[in-house]
Amino acid sequence: MIRYLEKIGSNTIWLLEDLGRMGSFLVLGLGGVVKRPFRLSAMIRQVRLIGANSFWVIFFVAGFTGMVLGLQGYYTLRKFGSEGALGSAVSLSLLRELGPVLTALMVTGRAGSAMCAEIGIMRNTEQLDALECMAIDPFRYLISPKFLATLISVPILTIFFNVVGMFGGYLAGCGLLGVNPGAYWSGMEQSVVNQDINMGIIKSFVFALLIVWVCTGRGYFVHVIRGAGFGAEGVSKVTTQAVVLSSVAILVWDYLITAILL
Amino acid sequence: MSQAVIRFKDVIKSFGSQTILDRVNLTINAGKTTVIAGPSGQGKSVTMKLILGLLRPDSGQILVGGQDISKMRTKTLNEIRARFGVLFQGSALLDSLTVFANVALPLEERTRLKEREIRTQVLAILEHLGLTGHEDKYPAQLSGGMRKRVGLARALMLQPEIMLFDEPTTGLDPENSLEIYKLFLETQKKFGYTSIIVSHDIPKIFNLADQVIWVNKGKFNTFASPDDIQQSELPEIQAFVQYTMGKIYLGSVNE
Repeated sequence: MIRYLEKIGSNTIWLLEDLGRMGSFLVLGLGGVVKRPFRLSAMIRQVRLIGANSFWVIFFVAGFTGMVLGLQGYYTLRKFGSEGALGSAVSLSLLRELGPVLTALMVTGRAGSAMCAEIGIMRNTEQLDALECMAIDPFRYLISPKFLATLISVPILTIFFNVVGMFGGYLAGCGLLGVNPGAYWSGMEQSVVNQDINMGIIKSFVFALLIVWVCTGRGYFVHVIRGAGFGAEGVSKVTTQAVVLSSVAILVWDYLITAILL
Repeated sequence: MSQAVIRFKDVIKSFGSQTILDRVNLTINAGKTTVIAGPSGQGKSVTMKLILGLLRPDSGQILVGGQDISKMRTKTLNEIRARFGVLFQGSALLDSLTVFANVALPLEERTRLKEREIRTQVLAILEHLGLTGHEDKYPAQLSGGMRKRVGLARALMLQPEIMLFDEPTTGLDPENSLEIYKLFLETQKKFGYTSIIVSHDIPKIFNLADQVIWVNKGKFNTFASPDDIQQSELPEIQAFVQYTMGKIYLGSVNE
C-alpha cells in the first residue's frame, strides 16, 4: 500500500516538474522570437522545411479529403433532395474543422517529428551544451526560429488546404456526380461568413503553437524524460511521444476552441 | 604563487539519492594545467559541468575569477562563459554546419566582426591546426581526430582564458592522441590559457599536468605534481595507478 502511494506521489511530482519545465520552455521559446539579433535566415530556412516542403503532402491530403467530402456529402444530401447545398457542406467542414485539424496533424507527422528528433540528437551529442558554453542562447539560436516558422507556416498551409479541398469537393461533386457548378460555388459564397474563416485561422495558430512547443520541448528534455531511455532509443521514444502528445493536444484544443467560439 | 581562477567551496551535488560531490573544495590556478583524474562515473564530468554553469550545485560556492556562479543569472553567467573554451568528449560540433561554419560560429554570434575578418581568422586557425582544405566538409565526413581538431579550433576562436578538455583523447588511436597533446601544448603556449583536463588517459596525461586532482566516490584529493600521486599511500589511488601505470614506486616503503 505504502509503495503504491509512493509511486503515485513520485509520478505526481515528476508530472508537476515536467509541466514546469515545459511551461518555462514555452516562455523562453516565445521570448527568443523577439530577442536580437534576429536570425532571419534561420527562420526562412525553417519556413522552407516546415512549410514549403509540406506542400505536396498537404496538396494530396487536401485534394482527397475534399473529394471524399464531396462524395459523402452528395449521397447524404441527396436523401433530402439538397444536393445544391454541397458547396456549403464542403466549405464549412473544411474551414471550421478539417482544414486546420488535418493540416496540423500532417505537419506534426512530417515536421514535428523531425524537429523533435533533431533537437533530441543535438541534446544527446552535447551540441546544445556546446552552444551554452559558447554563451549562445539555444532558444534564440535554435528553438525560436522554429517557433516563428511554425506559427507562420501552419496558418498558410491551412489556407492552402482549404482551397485545394474545396476544389477536390468540386471535382467529385460537380465533375463526377453532376452537381450544378453554379449551385456549388454560390452555396459556398452564401453560407460562409467571416466567423467561419476566423475560427479556422485561430485554430491553426493554436495548433501551430502546440506542435512546435510539444515537439521541440520533448526533444530538448530528452535526457530528463522519465522512461525515455538513452541514446538513439531515447530519441526514438521521445519522438513517438511528441507526435502522440501533439496529436491528442490538437484534438482536445479543437474541441475547446470550437466550444468557445461557436 | 599563482592566482586561483576557479575555486570550489564545500560543493555538494546529488542526483536523486546519489551524492556525486560531497563537500568538495578545490582550487585551480591561473596559467597552469590541472588534470582531473579518477575512475569512471565518480563525478569528473559533473565537476566540469558545474564549472561551466551547465549544472548548479545543491550547496556550496563555485567561484570563477572571484565571482560565485552557483546562483548567478543566465545573462551574467554568459559573460563568465565567454571566458571559457571547451573541447567536448564527442567534439559536439553542430552536425548540420560545415567545418568553416562551426569554427566561425562563436565569432558570428559573439562579436561584431565583419564577414571578411571572420573568414580571415577562421582560415588562419584552420591552417594552424592542419585543417586547410576541409572547410566545406561536414562533421560526419571527418575522422575522430579531425573532429577533435575542429572542436579545438572552435573553442579557441574567442581566445579563452580557461580551456576545458573533456576526455580529449577518448576514442582516438595512439597517433591521433599524440597529435592532440601536441596541439594542446602548442596552443597553450600560444594563447597562454589555464587548462583543465578531465581524463583517464594515464600515464600520458600526467606528463602535461602541473597539478592532479584525484576524484573518487565524491571526494577530491589534490596533488601538487604527478609524482605525488604516484607516491600516494591511499589504497584506491594505489590500485588505480598500479592498474593503469604498472608497479608504483612507493619510496621508503619499497626500499
